Amino acid sequence: MTDKPLSPLEGLKKRSNYLRGTLVESLVDPLTGALREDDTQLSKFHGFYQQDDRDVRAERTRRKLEPAYQFMVRVRIPGGIATPKQWLELDRLATTHGNGTLRLTTRQAFQFHGVLKGALKPVIRGINDVLLSTIAACGDVTRNVMCAPLAELSDVHEAAYGMATALSQYLAPKTRAYHEIWLDGEKIAGPDHEPIYGETYMPRKFKITLAVPPSNDVDVFAHDLGFIAIEKGGQLAGFDVVVGGGMGATHGEPATYPRVGDVIGFCTLEQTLAVALHVAGIQRDFGDRSERKHARLKYTIDDRGVDWFKAELDRRLGFPLALPEPFEFKTRGDRFGWQPARDGRWHLTLFVPAGRVRDTEKHRVLTGLRELARIHQGDFRLTPNQNLIVANIPDAERARVEELLDAHGVQRLQSGSPLKLQALACVALPTCGLAMAEAERYLPELTDKLEALLERHGLTEEAISLRVSGCPNGCSRPYLAEIALVGKAVGRYNLFLGGDALGHRMNRLAEENVGEARILETLDRLFAGFVAQRTPGESFGDFTNRSVFREEDA
Amino acid sequence: MAAVPNAKIEPPLPGANLQALREVVADFDYDQLLWASGYLAGLARSGVGAAVAAPQPAAAAGADAWTVFYASETGNARRVANALAEKARAAGLAVDIQDLADYKPKALAKVANAVFVVPTHGIGEPPDGSELFFEFWLGERAPRLEQLRYSVLALGDSSYADFCVMGQRLDERLRALGATPVVERIDCDVDFEAPAGEWTEKVLAHATESATALATPVIRSAHLHAVPKTAAPTRERPHHAEILVDQPITGLGSSKDVRHIELDLEGSGIAYLPGDSLGIVPQNPVPLVEALLETVKLDGAAEVTVNGEAMALATALAGHKEITVLSRPLVETVAQRHEALRSVLSDRERLTGFFATRQVIDLFADYPLEWQPQPLVDSLRRLTPRLYSIASSPDANPEEAHLTVSIVRYDLYGRAHWGAASNFLAGGAETVPVYLEANERFRLPADGDVPVVMVGAGTGVAPYRAFVEHRAEHGHTGDNWLVYGDRCFATDFLYQLEWLRWRKEGVLTHMDVAFSRDGADKVYVQHRLREQSRRLYDWLERGAHLYVCGDAERMAGDVHQALLDVVRKEGGMSEERAQEYVAGLKTQKRYQRDVY
Repeated sequence: MTDKPLSPLEGLKKRSNYLRGTLVESLVDPLTGALREDDTQLSKFHGFYQQDDRDVRAERTRRKLEPAYQFMVRVRIPGGIATPKQWLELDRLATTHGNGTLRLTTRQAFQFHGVLKGALKPVIRGINDVLLSTIAACGDVTRNVMCAPLAELSDVHEAAYGMATALSQYLAPKTRAYHEIWLDGEKIAGPDHEPIYGETYMPRKFKITLAVPPSNDVDVFAHDLGFIAIEKGGQLAGFDVVVGGGMGATHGEPATYPRVGDVIGFCTLEQTLAVALHVAGIQRDFGDRSERKHARLKYTIDDRGVDWFKAELDRRLGFPLALPEPFEFKTRGDRFGWQPARDGRWHLTLFVPAGRVRDTEKHRVLTGLRELARIHQGDFRLTPNQNLIVANIPDAERARVEELLDAHGVQRLQSGSPLKLQALACVALPTCGLAMAEAERYLPELTDKLEALLERHGLTEEAISLRVSGCPNGCSRPYLAEIALVGKAVGRYNLFLGGDALGHRMNRLAEENVGEARILETLDRLFAGFVAQRTPGESFGDFTNRSVFREEDA
Repeated sequence: MAAVPNAKIEPPLPGANLQALREVVADFDYDQLLWASGYLAGLARSGVGAAVAAPQPAAAAGADAWTVFYASETGNARRVANALAEKARAAGLAVDIQDLADYKPKALAKVANAVFVVPTHGIGEPPDGSELFFEFWLGERAPRLEQLRYSVLALGDSSYADFCVMGQRLDERLRALGATPVVERIDCDVDFEAPAGEWTEKVLAHATESATALATPVIRSAHLHAVPKTAAPTRERPHHAEILVDQPITGLGSSKDVRHIELDLEGSGIAYLPGDSLGIVPQNPVPLVEALLETVKLDGAAEVTVNGEAMALATALAGHKEITVLSRPLVETVAQRHEALRSVLSDRERLTGFFATRQVIDLFADYPLEWQPQPLVDSLRRLTPRLYSIASSPDANPEEAHLTVSIVRYDLYGRAHWGAASNFLAGGAETVPVYLEANERFRLPADGDVPVVMVGAGTGVAPYRAFVEHRAEHGHTGDNWLVYGDRCFATDFLYQLEWLRWRKEGVLTHMDVAFSRDGADKVYVQHRLREQSRRLYDWLERGAHLYVCGDAERMAGDVHQALLDVVRKEGGMSEERAQEYVAGLKTQKRYQRDVY
């Protein structure tokens, strides 16, 4: 704990009467498309961010108009599995009230962009109508619980997914404010309450993910709390527990940094909810509430030590956590195209560039998937790599599915290098208020240029992970990529190199504040060196890790 | 303000009168104060002080006295009436001049000699304020007027189907009531100066024949602050104002292009008040002149004569002639060769539609004639200035005037269409010729504590920017409520950042908005007034002044009806009582309109 004064947001949370604030008044103010300032913080707990179209911000100010305020609404959907009915409703809401696109995020959530204030209520209501929610999709609470979307061992996956859903439910805020404001729920008579969090919730966001080896597609070391599924005899026996991962950092502030989580033990299935509750509880009680840039679990652990953390957890659990079980990750990216499920049905994984589901002239992906949802008998799964799995298609339906997708120009057989197919980018400009540089809009151009370089060096088939982030907060988990660009200013990035291919080891800052030409020049040189000097089976990340940072490693 | 009576001298006026005098002169500059002091001294000598103070000055008495009646919204009728009265006085006649808005209708039954200058507005309506006069005299209860000798000058705009209809109705009605016409009525179009001048001479000739000079004329008090400085620019001698700012204020993607224009008035002699308008003497758009020349297959260099002055045809079309708005005589000229047009002219509905959807170039293109340069120029009306409500407070923006200008530019029937003044203002000109058009009928309450309700749509919000800015500048504490409507919230919310700032600062007490194209139902300002009926009635009961600015054809009428309904509902009144209540607001100058 600290003697420093609480951050202003802590006071705001405390005053908000369990997240009510003046949201109702903000929503009905017809003079502005914005919320009152305090409500822009509280809105996050309800699942949406106030943003504006930054492309037109300056011009609108000249025109004596306020910024083009709009909202990003995020759906809480544990494990990223949606039924066709849910897909159709989300599609309808995006088409009617959003900007006509659905964004699949790196944390397996759906995002709507461009929602105007007046449409917030219908959108949130529509989402709830199909048994999804937006509560705690953002804010200082337990965010969307991720889970590996597909695994070789279906039973293990099914059980892990069940646990993800249970965790999501268990750790969701219990305030009635959400129902009151969005679903016209009756106002409760007495005071509200929040049994797990209390009235000030968490010090900062709290992220949970579940990995199912051999895939680390969820990047289990990048979250506050990770669970690695341990299989015994074909069944899910429990989880190895990972704590203290996190990607966020701030340029020029060495006290802020990304961190990979520590594996601290093993819990059985029965112990899992209790472990999650108490990890969150320790962070709730010991997390730094005076400095928001120092408020994630990773800092709490670093400040007090992993041993302290384990002891505190054991004390709260009432038993010592068992020693970790061995596990092995072999992949991190998605496998595109058809894969058989165990029961004779099929999964089809589609590449969605930067996770943006939309119609373009050639590829009418939004429409194609809408038509598909009308006939699909299985479900839809969002991958942590921003792609989409059309899951559990009966064998007899395969031809029809292919026909339908082809008719809308939705590509099934992905062309392009592995680099392009597993590249990630956050949303960034023009809507994200934090963005310092382009990410999603820049990714296609960047991958084209990198593919040309790879081709020149005969590296086209090399699966190198590339991640672009518009700011150092790291929504695209850039610090776990082999090549990462982290935005500094429009057209300027910090270049990070040397992460491993599976998400165990973070990359390092190789060049600061550089433009595209310099980045391409550097990579061109490194690709050449890689071809000439790589050891057998060595990945590009391992190569750069040993070659680029020789001086600082010496 | 050294000329304002010092508190140490005990003024011989009741407090309220003194306060009123202070407010009247508060904005006078040095020259105006000097003039006013001389004027008041003159009044004292002629012993007409009581008449000045009287709210309802009696018409000049005696069989030989003349009364000049006018009704005016834009000031044109007032100008004609003033000129006539001036000349009559110079000729030694006893003349009273009366604004119909301030006149007790029945008093006409005692008038012997009357001259009426009557404009028609929009779709056949009398100017604001004169409704009661027309209702009474055109109505069934009107008494006989055997004693009255009268002449009527009708003003109008022949681009409307109901051209000069109010003047015509009055003329016919007076005749039917037994009054005797002296000089035959004429119907003047927007270039009325010359015919009105001739008609004035005729009226004076008749009057001097039958009259003897008698009393000193009575001058209405309202003229006190309408008197411009001698050096002030006029429509004939406008000030060339530099355009300081031409800033689009509708967002990208808007269906409209509205500009915020800031003009430099330094050294112009123009001293305006919030509510006033600025007259713009425009040049027609060059591309339109070129397109028109091409349509009529004439050479722009051909020589023509306009008002005795020789010039190139292109010059005449650009700077002297109306080539956007259609007029009835022009359509009639073309109709002589085009039968199809004659049926349009004889059908009011069709003619209204024709005027509403076509400009001069459409007429020439669709009904071609073998035009010659001089007849073409002669058949076109004189290019008239365009009036824009000033959108700034002079005190918050010394030596500047701001305008809110919607650019008229659209394609229809495969042709480009232009508005004259808007494209002139936003067409890259460095200066524009301007003059002040004062509007005494659209004034903030003299008392800064009095609440105001401002209702406006589109660029009709302009004077309210001036109002609110003025009240903010002077720290006036009266509540301000703005009801504003436009098409789309996202792109058409004119001056949104300023309203938000004024709301935050507490100057703008309350604001309602109606955006007609945002929802499934078209919502307009009148709907907001109905929704807020309790608040509106409360404000009126608290003495609020109500203003309406914008479209005359639809908005003004809808708002008026909403106001009547609100008063009836919230005041628990009958239809008739509500009418009286609203009429009372007008009489007290608490319901003012600037509609066009």
